[in-house]
Amino acid sequence: MNWTQPSLIETQLEAADSTQAITTLGALLFDQGYVRDTFIQAVLEREKVFATGLPTVDIQVAIPHADVEHVLHSAIAIGVLAQPALFGEMGNPDGTVQARIVFMLAVKESDSLVSLLQNLVGIFQDSSFLRQMLETQDREAIAALFNARLPSYQEA
Amino acid sequence: MVKKRVLVACGTSIATATVAAHAVADIAKAEGLEVEVAQCKAAEIHGKIQTFSPNVIVAMTPVPSDLGVPVFNGVPFLSGIGLDQLKSDLIEALKKE
Repeated sequence: MNWTQPSLIETQLEAADSTQAITTLGALLFDQGYVRDTFIQAVLEREKVFATGLPTVDIQVAIPHADVEHVLHSAIAIGVLAQPALFGEMGNPDGTVQARIVFMLAVKESDSLVSLLQNLVGIFQDSSFLRQMLETQDREAIAALFNARLPSYQEA
Repeated sequence: MVKKRVLVACGTSIATATVAAHAVADIAKAEGLEVEVAQCKAAEIHGKIQTFSPNVIVAMTPVPSDLGVPVFNGVPFLSGIGLDQLKSDLIEALKKE
């Protein structure tokens, strides 16, 4: 299985803040049957306590997620934002991040979340790849780019 | 050299702590340092300090500052920003008696 697909991607996403970005991307996952109806609220609650904005070198990102119990099938929804949205900075209660790309992670098993994160770290540290995602306005192309960087997974 | 203990703390899912724990183990190995790495959720940190007696803590999420153990922000393991600094600070701390 691939981690994302065009129907889980929004380009030029208008989101005034992290809550709007999370709600929009969470709705994509919910409407397509990937997550339970508790998922969006769980992500919003978690984001308040454990913020997920990452201050990467060039294009900043956020990785909102929730515990496995809210997930039915693993997938990643991606929002390329029209304007940056303010997220709290992971690990720093006083910091904020102007996220340009939001990767919403819906992961069914914690083991696969770990290997997924290890692969995502490589993407976050690759500015030219993130810029390519940002400048590509086509959802099919973004899905292809992104999936090519992550190993596919087997659903248990 | 005595084996040092590193405790990695994260939010709720343990996933970011696992990524950081692997990174810490790799850094220590590259330096020829023996370390034992454990993980916990931030909410469990006080109890884990009692049972594990870490020499250093790597935190992926804010933790109290009065833990009596040196705390390093481990987010660079995910973002890449400040990663070299974090590595050298960690190595220095692990080499201390």
